[in-house]
Amino acid sequence: MSEESGRSRRGRIWFDALTGGAAASKSRLRSVCVADAALGSETARFIAVVPDAQNRFPRARAGEVGLDEGWALAHHVRATIAEGVEGSRRPIIAIVDVSSQAYGRLEELLGIHLACAAAADAYASARLAGHPVIALLVGKAMSGAFLAHGYQANRIIALDSPEVMVHAMGKQAAARVTRSSVESMEKLGERIAPVAYDIRSYARLGLLHKLIEGINADAPGRIDVDRVRAELVGAITDARAGASDLGCRLTSPAARKMRAASIEVRRRLAEQWHDRS
Amino acid sequence: MNADAAARAGYRRFLERRSFIEMNARERACAVLDPGTFREMLGPFDRLKSPWLPLQGIVAQADDGVVLARGTLQAKPALIAAIEGAYQGGSMGEVSGAKIAGALELALHDCAQGRLIWPVLLFETGGVRLQEANLGLAAIAEIHAAIIALRRYFPVVGVIAGMVGCFGGMSLAAAVCTHLIVTPQARLGMNGPEVIEQEAGIEELDSTDRGLIWSLIGGEQRYAVGFADDLLEDDADAIAAAVRKAVSAGPASAPPARSVQAERYAELLRTIDPNQPLDGESLRRLWQRGLKP
Repeated sequence: MSEESGRSRRGRIWFDALTGGAAASKSRLRSVCVADAALGSETARFIAVVPDAQNRFPRARAGEVGLDEGWALAHHVRATIAEGVEGSRRPIIAIVDVSSQAYGRLEELLGIHLACAAAADAYASARLAGHPVIALLVGKAMSGAFLAHGYQANRIIALDSPEVMVHAMGKQAAARVTRSSVESMEKLGERIAPVAYDIRSYARLGLLHKLIEGINADAPGRIDVDRVRAELVGAITDARAGASDLGCRLTSPAARKMRAASIEVRRRLAEQWHDRS
Repeated sequence: MNADAAARAGYRRFLERRSFIEMNARERACAVLDPGTFREMLGPFDRLKSPWLPLQGIVAQADDGVVLARGTLQAKPALIAAIEGAYQGGSMGEVSGAKIAGALELALHDCAQGRLIWPVLLFETGGVRLQEANLGLAAIAEIHAAIIALRRYFPVVGVIAGMVGCFGGMSLAAAVCTHLIVTPQARLGMNGPEVIEQEAGIEELDSTDRGLIWSLIGGEQRYAVGFADDLLEDDADAIAAAVRKAVSAGPASAPPARSVQAERYAELLRTIDPNQPLDGESLRRLWQRGLKP
């Protein structure tokens, strides 16, 4: 079981598996795990957000990206940039299993939007500075939490597992906001890929670098971990060979089909950019 | 001037003021740019509509609710992206999101080659359009990426006027701007009140308690605690002037965006005890305006 009273252990499982479990987290927060570990022929920095039942903010106890988590992510990613030297920029691996941003009155008052923006900003700045940033989706990658932790990566890879999901809003809330029901939303997802929650539908949108099949996501054995490591190394190599922007999300065959409008908008816009009147 | 005359002058100013909030996105873009320089790109006649809404029985608008315009500000090249709050709550779908991201990417390309452009974002958005869910979210990530990259060359200015406000993933876009302008009618928050009530319960937040919501995320509160740089009345000329002032200093002298100042904010957050009740007024007293240098 990956769920225990609604708290997913996937982030912790994969953080431990990839860092050998022995590495002490550099983070003072129990909900943000940061450690360096060997990956291929170099050392990578691994970062995960995990549940902490004693989190000082009650709305961020189930693995959400809350205020402290957002600012801590920003701090650790910026520290990685500061430690880096030109030519040997350390890879940053964001292990993604985040159920949502923290929903609460106190969170809004204290600027959860800014805490999440700071994390996204740090990841984007690391990418622009030349760090290969890879998001590894092992559980939920939901909404603002994914924007803060993972969506600014050069490459996104995901485990092919039913619990791996990407979406803009939880099902209940999305049903309420669209004045629909959970059942009809699920039906709609079968027909319209962008509104589905499952990772296979998401893979059809062309935003993923790789969907890794046949991995035991809840209890990974050595072969599972080695395979994921190899995929991470492949993604890092690919990222280093490419541009530091997010342009690769528009070039895959799947993107050319499912994000055709995103591509067409850019093409027509480039034609109209300069005044020809 | 006696009190009576002052009141009359105030009333005259009120009557002469052009409301920015009452303008649609196109009128807003015009009002900000130098007069006569507005040139729309991908306008309604280009008919780039949402491919996803008609599949769900919703009529798609011909500009997908985003107005892109080139023009000038103080005779210098500018780009305005204005979101139409009256269409689908200003939500970001595939096309509307790609319009903003794509325009910022072109501005970035120009800036990188030494052709500076003043980028201005007029927010009025509930965030991701749920009917296009993951494609809206992906576009918002691309908007963040473009603002952050562009900001290295030139200050990116955001305006939240109201009445929709700025929510969801787009609240992060506002937060990574170099300079943020709000009115008292603006709201800036990550999670809409209805969503918080749904996810955390009515005892956490009653989404119908309007006074409470404004006291948490309203423009005056956001400015008072340092989450916005300018608080302006609903006046198109004043907003246009503030936009010019924010960018006219150029790239060198603009202070870093708030979202870059991790240590400063983390320190402020450490002063907060989540077990103590906290309202908008008490936070103002705690944080004052010491948030931005």
